[in-house]
Amino acid sequence: MSVLSTLRDPRLRPVVSAGVTLGLSVGLFAVSFGVAAVAAGASTAQACAMSLLVFTGASQFSAVSVIAGGGSVGSALSGSLLLAARNGVYGLAMSSRLQGRLATRLIAAQLTIDESTAMSAAQDDPDAQRVAFWVTGVSLYVFWNLGTLIGALAGSAIDPKTFGLDAAVPAAFVAMLWPQLRTLRGRLAALLGAGICLVTIPFVPIGLPVLAAALAILVGVPMGDPALDAVHDGVTT
Amino acid sequence: MSWTLVLALAAGAYLFKVLGVVIIGDRTLPPVLDRCLALIPAALIASIIVKDTFSTGQHLGIDARVAGVGAAVFAAWRKAPMIVIIVVGAGVTAALRAL
Repeated sequence: MSVLSTLRDPRLRPVVSAGVTLGLSVGLFAVSFGVAAVAAGASTAQACAMSLLVFTGASQFSAVSVIAGGGSVGSALSGSLLLAARNGVYGLAMSSRLQGRLATRLIAAQLTIDESTAMSAAQDDPDAQRVAFWVTGVSLYVFWNLGTLIGALAGSAIDPKTFGLDAAVPAAFVAMLWPQLRTLRGRLAALLGAGICLVTIPFVPIGLPVLAAALAILVGVPMGDPALDAVHDGVTT
Repeated sequence: MSWTLVLALAAGAYLFKVLGVVIIGDRTLPPVLDRCLALIPAALIASIIVKDTFSTGQHLGIDARVAGVGAAVFAAWRKAPMIVIIVVGAGVTAALRAL
């Protein structure tokens, strides 16, 4: 089935519109990234290059947050790359659904992020999974970059603190954290990570507390009881 | 911000994506590694929230941001969409500063 005829398939219409809607809301989120990046000292070109090339929200926000706090390039980079590592795991899950030429797979790789993986995983048949991945991925890519440009242009015209935009970054992270708290293991890792960070902030160089918090992933080591990994939908966004 | 950071992050982030989709492909990771990697976002994101809410450089303190982020947590708990959570966080912080 060609891409176009697949897109016109009425059974897939809900998937296509969900992907585009998600892209729009993420575009608004990108506006806050653009503003935050410029407030942290990035030029408009740098903010846009980040969204075009890096294209993974949590890593971009994390780099901006460390730089804004006065951290080094090394600590900004390592924290961001740790967050980017999860896209590799998504790629593992997606690779069987993204068969095709190498060039297609290389493009698919850039679009493999939280939202495209989640939308695809939510579909039942392979056609819908493929369509959901591509529609969501392309829609997010377009809106994420458009939003970043708007935010970066607006950001250089205002004082971010007056509008509480320094709190917009942690608020954005609150939104990103919420789906991670569905399992007991996720909640334990979040609590431990936050604790490690808070305790180490006064004593170690800026940027390192967030890296030290990565030790909290050791919560994943015990096999343990299924209750640890049971999903509580009451917590989902 | 430096171009080194932008480009190194771009290269690293793409490498991870390609590693999953193209290089490792259908092979599976040991379950323990799988479980730990899945917890990276929870651990790191929670720590960034704490850092951005309570610290300025190496100093811990409480200011308008705490109320803003608290309001954002409330909005997330009430299942508000992402953009509402952000606007609430920034809005409450700005309102307190304007008082």
